[in-house]
Amino acid sequence: MLDGRGAIRRRAGARLWLSGGWLLLLVTVALFAPLVAPQDPLAQDLMSGRLPPFWSAQAEPGFWLGTDSLGRDVLSRVIWGARVALTVACIAGPLTALIGGALGLIAGFYRGWADRIISRLVDIWMAFPPVLFSILLIAVLGTGLTSIILAIVVIDWTRFARVVRAEAMNQGAMDYVAAAQVAGFSRLRTMTAEILPNVLPTLVALLSLEMGISVIVEAILSFVNLSLSTDAPTWGGMIAEGRTSIHQAWWVLAFPLVALFLTVLSFSQFGEGLKDRFDPVLR
Amino acid sequence: MSALLDIRNLSVALKGGPRLLRSVSLAVAAGEVRGLVGESGAGKSMIGKALLGILPRSVEVVDGQILLDGDDLLRLPPAERRRRIGQRAALIPQDPLTALNPAHRVGPQITDRLVDILRWPRARAEARALDLLAEVHIPDPGRVMKSYPHELSGGMRQRVLIASAFAAEPALIVADEPTTALDVTVQKQILRLIAEMQARHHTALLFVTHDLGVVSKVCQNLSVLYAGKVVEDTTVRDFFRAPGHPYSAALLAATPKYTDPDGSLTPVPEAVIAAVRAEVEAAETEWQHGRR
Ligand SMILES: Nc1ncnc2c1ncn2[C@@H]1O[C@H](COP(=O)(O)OP(=O)(O)OP(=O)(O)O)[C@@H](O)[C@H]1O
Ligand SMILES: [Mg+2]
Repeated sequence: MLDGRGAIRRRAGARLWLSGGWLLLLVTVALFAPLVAPQDPLAQDLMSGRLPPFWSAQAEPGFWLGTDSLGRDVLSRVIWGARVALTVACIAGPLTALIGGALGLIAGFYRGWADRIISRLVDIWMAFPPVLFSILLIAVLGTGLTSIILAIVVIDWTRFARVVRAEAMNQGAMDYVAAAQVAGFSRLRTMTAEILPNVLPTLVALLSLEMGISVIVEAILSFVNLSLSTDAPTWGGMIAEGRTSIHQAWWVLAFPLVALFLTVLSFSQFGEGLKDRFDPVLR
Repeated sequence: MSALLDIRNLSVALKGGPRLLRSVSLAVAAGEVRGLVGESGAGKSMIGKALLGILPRSVEVVDGQILLDGDDLLRLPPAERRRRIGQRAALIPQDPLTALNPAHRVGPQITDRLVDILRWPRARAEARALDLLAEVHIPDPGRVMKSYPHELSGGMRQRVLIASAFAAEPALIVADEPTTALDVTVQKQILRLIAEMQARHHTALLFVTHDLGVVSKVCQNLSVLYAGKVVEDTTVRDFFRAPGHPYSAALLAATPKYTDPDGSLTPVPEAVIAAVRAEVEAAETEWQHGRR
């Protein structure tokens, strides 16, 4: 069929497969990091520092993507770094979506005083620059994974609240909501069974995007050394280290950067693809 | 005959603002088909919404009673009111595009309320939905039950909504311009269908429209609304023979079919509109004073 719907579907399909493939690969290596990683990510060997990647003449077998200035295996550190990144994404993303989404849904559907309070909170939140806000929060909460996750949830719930609220308001004006009220369904049931399914595609797309953002936030915080201990393998930490030796060993910076880039891109594309797939009008 | 629905002196206003309905009285007997006509913005839909308990948030009932089966809906506790309305009344909405939830299949949208609200066994609800879809002349009801709304045409959706409205055998159905959003060719079929269903189920119908032609075909009685006030309440026959209010007369004169055979259109005379508007404004000022 030559209609636009088919074209959108095919494009969404390719996007979904490519991004989904990368994410699946990442999840697999992260889950099985101890088995997959060729080296101990923490093992230093000053004698074999700054080894280049495998295609170079000076490469050494077993260190596929080279080593950093302390002789640690870049590939193994990228793999273990994926663990950290995905842990943050998989906890912070859904938690943010749950809190922000619920508040947005309530504000957009019930309106009234609940909406006034929630919207005012969102306005106040938006007044803080997010990066400063997160650094400030980490300073208060202390470093560590839990703090990073908390910081992401505390800062980013407004992203969900705003979008879901607007969407819930749109849906709330539809006649099918009036029909549900006339039929005698409660407000709560109308919100969860009528509005929520229509907001879900947007929510899922936003969740996927948020997981990508969580990965960036974790990278930024480990870049400025506010995440795990400096020793621990994180993409942000590797990028920070690689920066200092960019001229002698570009690969230390490049590989975690590429992993970060692909992951964030895949999360956002995966979300968009899912949204198109689930949109009832396009389905 | 005591009325099924008896709206008495109902006033509805924007919160803290002017009235949108001004002391409206209107009764519908069991099995009666009453037309509700008036120009756009007169408040026709507002009456339906007030009685079905779906007024917009910015609007409130400031005075009056809405008696359904003799009980004032406005005095009932909210849960009880919802239950009564759900059991006794239903709505055929104006826009079939947004009146079905795009996220759910058609079948559950008809049966869920029968099962969850009226406590029917699911099998009975499903059999009932299939029967009704057949009654509204939907071919292959079983397949339609499993379809999503976007897979159906506008006319089909309106048929589904009509079936759904009649599903629980309500005593009263509010049809709010049920054909305006449809193709001209489909309009006639849907109109005929509503009349047919009404006759078969003996349901009272409050038929909102601004098409007097439609009124002459399906209604027995008629309320004419102008600027939130009922200016005429009469039988359809009397209305077309001798409209009692200058606005009604003007409305009739402005409807092509009922003017001279040459088809010339007489607009509602300025003088009539000015007179009614002055009357409305005077009453409104008086009411605003009374409220302070
Ligand atoms: N959600 C709302 N909030 C505030 N005012 C409203 C709202 N909906 C309608 N009104 C106002 O109430 C009045 C009556 O509106 P209503 O929808 O009942 O008109 P109507 O007679 O049904 O017109 P139409 O033929 O265009 O459907 C209008 O003046 C309109 O501006
Ligand atoms: Mg209307």
